[in-house]
Amino acid sequence: MTETVLTKMVQGAGRLPGWRGIAADWASDQRAFKNVSWGKAMMWIFLLSDTFIFSCFLLSYMTARMSTTVPWPNPSEVFALNIAGRHIPLILIAIMTFILISSSGTMAMAVNFGYRQDRAKTAILMLVTAAFGATFVGMQAFEWTKLIMEGVRPWGNPWGAAQFGSSFFMITGFHGTHVTIGVIFLIAIARKVWRGDFDVGRRGFFTSRKGYYEIVEIMGLYWHFVDLVWVFIFAFFYLW
Amino acid sequence: MVDVPYDGIAGIPPAEVPDVELYHPKSWWTRYVFSQDAKVIAVQYSLTASAIGLVALVLSWLMRLQLGFPGTFSFIDANQYLQFITMHGMIMVIYLLTALFLGGFGNYLIPLMVGARDMVFPYVNMLSYWVYLLAVLVLASTFFVPGGPTGAGWTLYPPQAILSGTPGQDWGIILMMASLILFIIGFTMGGLNYVVTVLQARTRGMTLMRLPLTVWGIFTATVMALLAFPALFVASVMLLLDRLLGTSFFMPSLVEMGTLSKYSGGSPLLFQHLFWFFGHPEVYIVALPAFGIVSDLISTHARKNIFGYRMMVWAIVGIGALSFVVWAHHMYVSGMFPQFGYFFATTTLIIAVPTAIKVYNWVLTLWRGDIHLTVPMLFALGFIITFVNGGLTGLFLGNVVVDVPLSDTMFVVAHFHMVMGVAPIMVVLGAIYHWYPKVTGRMLNDVLGKFHFWVTFLGAYLIFFPMHYLGLLGVPRRYFELGDAAFIPPSAHSLNAFISVVALTVGFSQMVFLFNLVWSLFRGEPSGGNPWRATTLEWQTPETPPGHGNWGKELPIVYRWAYDYSVPGAEQDFIPQNQPPRATRAAQGAAS
Repeated sequence: MTETVLTKMVQGAGRLPGWRGIAADWASDQRAFKNVSWGKAMMWIFLLSDTFIFSCFLLSYMTARMSTTVPWPNPSEVFALNIAGRHIPLILIAIMTFILISSSGTMAMAVNFGYRQDRAKTAILMLVTAAFGATFVGMQAFEWTKLIMEGVRPWGNPWGAAQFGSSFFMITGFHGTHVTIGVIFLIAIARKVWRGDFDVGRRGFFTSRKGYYEIVEIMGLYWHFVDLVWVFIFAFFYLW
Repeated sequence: MVDVPYDGIAGIPPAEVPDVELYHPKSWWTRYVFSQDAKVIAVQYSLTASAIGLVALVLSWLMRLQLGFPGTFSFIDANQYLQFITMHGMIMVIYLLTALFLGGFGNYLIPLMVGARDMVFPYVNMLSYWVYLLAVLVLASTFFVPGGPTGAGWTLYPPQAILSGTPGQDWGIILMMASLILFIIGFTMGGLNYVVTVLQARTRGMTLMRLPLTVWGIFTATVMALLAFPALFVASVMLLLDRLLGTSFFMPSLVEMGTLSKYSGGSPLLFQHLFWFFGHPEVYIVALPAFGIVSDLISTHARKNIFGYRMMVWAIVGIGALSFVVWAHHMYVSGMFPQFGYFFATTTLIIAVPTAIKVYNWVLTLWRGDIHLTVPMLFALGFIITFVNGGLTGLFLGNVVVDVPLSDTMFVVAHFHMVMGVAPIMVVLGAIYHWYPKVTGRMLNDVLGKFHFWVTFLGAYLIFFPMHYLGLLGVPRRYFELGDAAFIPPSAHSLNAFISVVALTVGFSQMVFLFNLVWSLFRGEPSGGNPWRATTLEWQTPETPPGHGNWGKELPIVYRWAYDYSVPGAEQDFIPQNQPPRATRAAQGAAS
């Protein structure tokens, strides 16, 4: 207690070698993650939590699929379409996946133009992303309609295990909800970009904090996450 | 050794976190009702949680009346009894303890203790409370719907949770699930705020290793909650779909009331895994804030630095991480693959190591301290005793061979009430006595407080200690009445009556506490800014109760850890965290 040790300023902590330096950086005052704003940190942590939700959904689905005693319907057959007289398995899902991954590309471009404060291009690219997202949800709705017409219900289907329909509607429904929310927020933020709210730092909706162009990147984080989740759903539900 | 990285004036680090302009309330409504100020939200959370907690307390009286004097009270039937245990458990664990520790204490203490003006996103924080209130109202509404609340037990195991024959099958279970889903959404909005505030909005000089242990406990518990509640969310959604749409996630094909049900091929065990992946971390979501708060109470009221601060931090983090790999010890009798039992028993017993470190450190903090037996200190000491007791029976239940015969007996009830009922409630009460002066500017009455403590502490012991014995006799839990089972001696029945009488007494002593809370608000002795002469930042605010924005014009600068009590040579027996080292040395020079 008696001895008071004065060490150097916080910059000195960065010069510690190896792990000690990393630990000192993390534990230093004010911010654990330097140069990360509150909003971005919050989005990352939210996505971590959301990852656990999707993981639980997918693990539950896999448990059901592995433990069922009734045969599981063959996804390649169920999700096939007849186009121009040809029977093509998984074609709709392939197109949907392509569209969603393309939307991640336009989103990344929007983030880029956002940081250049190019209002028009940012807003247009965000709207294009939203349009891709809406198309995805529309095709999802088409797929749901088709399956429901063929007799698939949450409680049963003509081809095998009842959990096929339940898992399908639940997982794609939950993911589709995420995409829909993303589309709504994309449009709202594109409007704010267009109006120039972020050039003057007007108080934002939902957070009551002033908004900056960084919000475009935070929106992008969410969008890429939803895209990544789809890749897992695609792999585990359709390709398995 | 006091580690002081900043040399007074020359070495103060530049402000990296901008002093963000707050949203200022413009009317009475936005100041006190739809407030974005974390302190108001904290009080709202605490009052709502306490109100619904009182309902759960009354339910426990009704249960005790039935158990102690079976057949005497004609207004309690078997179905109602099941509804009482379900709602009592659910409310106490989730809507009271989780909401009070994280929403109540978290909101009040995090911004003040880390030196922030508010949570990082006050508007989202406000939404969090209103969604929580909605969840509580949906939960409370189940008492008034046809069929009443669900009687499935707080674990809500399918298939019985949604089959006919279980009380509350038509409305209760649906609203229960809806309420849980709302609670999780609301909590997530608040929880993200708490985590980001601790990580990214600390004041200058407030390094992670200078945070008070209260903040460490609440922070770790919030991170855990953000990762554990998703499992409950998914389980609730799937159970809701099973009940509403007739999906078969959890429901096997079975005969219900003589007819084959519509379900087929689901796995009830899947629900148990999801539920306990949430349920076990939940125990520590309640316990870790208690660990943190009690460390600060003991250090402050024993006028001594916490023993092994670093070890305490790592123990909190270690317990948090380990608690995610022990969940199946709740499922030893569920029909799991037997060898999983080895794994889960081992991890369960390993958790005892960091927990024991914490207990030793609390005791070593007390060792040769200048112990002031104030009401918060009494509750902190009560916590150590009840927690050690409940923790030791946890070692019994963590072992598969001991757990199997004790499963579903009163021993389990005694264990978890001791370890996550009584112990955290001791901390909650102690913390209220400790921080009430900061929230209201007045002290709680000491005489009533001591009366409250002794009745609660001794009473809780008299309730739950004999319950272990009942459990060893084989008295089952969740039974409406015991009947004439040959293995239950008449003494067990009189013991049950005794427990009921004590439980009612303890219950009514809480009314004294409530009276104290209200009375002291108007008539309590004015406390001043720092009545306990504590070091942490919340006691150094310019106003008491702290005003909007907490800190007046400038954020405080932190020069030291939170535990500089009884520093030799210092002017007083405590040095606030924001007192610069130059001033300390000058004072030391003057003293010598």
